[in-house]
Amino acid sequence: MAHMNYVASLEPGADRTMILNMGPQHPSTHGVLRLLLEIDGEAVVRMMPDVGYLHTGIEKTYEAKFYQQCIPLADRMDYLAPFSNELGFCLAVEKLLGLEIPKRAVWMRVLLTELTRINSHLVWLGTHAMDIGAMTVFLYCFREREELLKIFEAIGGQRMFTSYFRVGGLAMEPPLGWFERVRKFIDAFPENVDEYEGLLTGNPIFINRLKGVGAMTAEQVAALGGSGPLLRASGVDWDLRRDMPYCGYENFQFRVPVEHGCDIWARYLVRVAELRESQKICKQALEGMPENGPIKADAPKIVLPDRERMKTQMESLIYHFKIVTEGFTVPAGEVYQAIESPRGEIGFYVVSDGTAKPYRVHVRAPSFANLQLLPSMCEGMLLADVVAAIGSIDIVLGDVDR
Amino acid sequence: MALEQGVTDIEQLKDHPALARLLAWRRDAVEKVRWDRNELSIWVDRGSIREACAVLRDDPTTQYNFLADITCVDWFPSAPRFEVIYHLLSMSRKERVRLKVALSGDDPNVESLMSLWPGADLFEREVFDLFGVRFQGHTNLRRIMMPEDWEGHPLRKDYPVEGYR
Repeated sequence: MAHMNYVASLEPGADRTMILNMGPQHPSTHGVLRLLLEIDGEAVVRMMPDVGYLHTGIEKTYEAKFYQQCIPLADRMDYLAPFSNELGFCLAVEKLLGLEIPKRAVWMRVLLTELTRINSHLVWLGTHAMDIGAMTVFLYCFREREELLKIFEAIGGQRMFTSYFRVGGLAMEPPLGWFERVRKFIDAFPENVDEYEGLLTGNPIFINRLKGVGAMTAEQVAALGGSGPLLRASGVDWDLRRDMPYCGYENFQFRVPVEHGCDIWARYLVRVAELRESQKICKQALEGMPENGPIKADAPKIVLPDRERMKTQMESLIYHFKIVTEGFTVPAGEVYQAIESPRGEIGFYVVSDGTAKPYRVHVRAPSFANLQLLPSMCEGMLLADVVAAIGSIDIVLGDVDR
Repeated sequence: MALEQGVTDIEQLKDHPALARLLAWRRDAVEKVRWDRNELSIWVDRGSIREACAVLRDDPTTQYNFLADITCVDWFPSAPRFEVIYHLLSMSRKERVRLKVALSGDDPNVESLMSLWPGADLFEREVFDLFGVRFQGHTNLRRIMMPEDWEGHPLRKDYPVEGYR
């Protein structure tokens, strides 16, 4: 019943307009986004997004969990880029703890975070193209994504909710043969991107649908809180990986793709270029990674001991028991750690009161902020282009609603 | 319970551009500061937050052009109960600052930032929905995550994690 109020609050402004409800169950809303559209014939006069259908209270649940138990929940927010969320949360807690992470773990984190960016952009590219009517690309993208999910499954035991990062490092060493598999994927990937681009970048139908549609200036995007590829497609040269480096990104060479078209086409070009850049970062991470070495910080009260040591050494067993049953305490304080997720700035604001559970965790979700661009982007455009506009902000509703 | 750590002396921190600008603007608007883990927090007087943000956004020495986030922390049962937290980012200077406004538990309200950054809209609605903090001047302050007819504000500390049964 409550939702009837929403309809009432968007009443037709004039006799010639009508209200159209789109979603929450609609294939092009990429989840459960509901849009109320006031339309005049084919033109959108006003738009009002309605979210909250996936609200699961993750921020509230965090307050009742040990820090290590929070990581699986971080995966479940932005389910297309699990490693980005895990990384953001782990970096925030490590900043509170003042932990130093060994190089091998840092390089592994960069590798996996970039693979997750490729994964996320592949889903975006496939679904965005399909929304516009290009069916084939979807199958190509999901072919590569399937291999990526298998790579994730091999390392974390799950295809999507990997929960592989830990506060203080990584869960375990990657399995035998894992690096070869990643290398094979990475080496073949530029050709795959060529394939996608061959289908889309020169495609006149695709270009006509996207070029000049949904344009927003850099000032508009920034004022509305838009970040990531949306900002870069409007000509703002800003990437947290390069401009405010975290997790060792200052050691990697990559280009930040910037476009000045401000429209949906520019956003397409930026993300496709990011696929190529991520591939380069992955390659550097594979080449620069130390052959062996610790993957966990030297902090026995925080990091779980190896299984072998836990079974043979009394002290390790005690630490293991204490961390698992009581968690580890984090010194009181607060931090805001922002990283560049595939969708833009994801920020973890963690407040600790000195106990083993966070006092408050707030997630600055990029999809949530980017959603604010949609009404101004869509007002005045044709109804059929709304689908393209939703695709261009690359929304993940798990990230919006949390 | 307040967190007392890091550097809290205004004199030691007054060289930080954000704090320097606010002190030069109105010294009495700055209630407290803290420098901890390389992050600066400034407590701003409740009535001046919008103007303080406008100063930090427009001044050439600060240029905090991007409102990254608005959130809230409930310190129940301590007083003042709520802290509304603003994370500002200066892209040109590659620097962040955190502004805070302390609010009392009964009828918490603060001025909206929508007139400065239209992007404050959803963040403020989220804080309103989950904490019950009202933002004066917000044009569309409705629930966003919870259903319209929901009772209570789930992220408050006196709201049980499992909800009311």
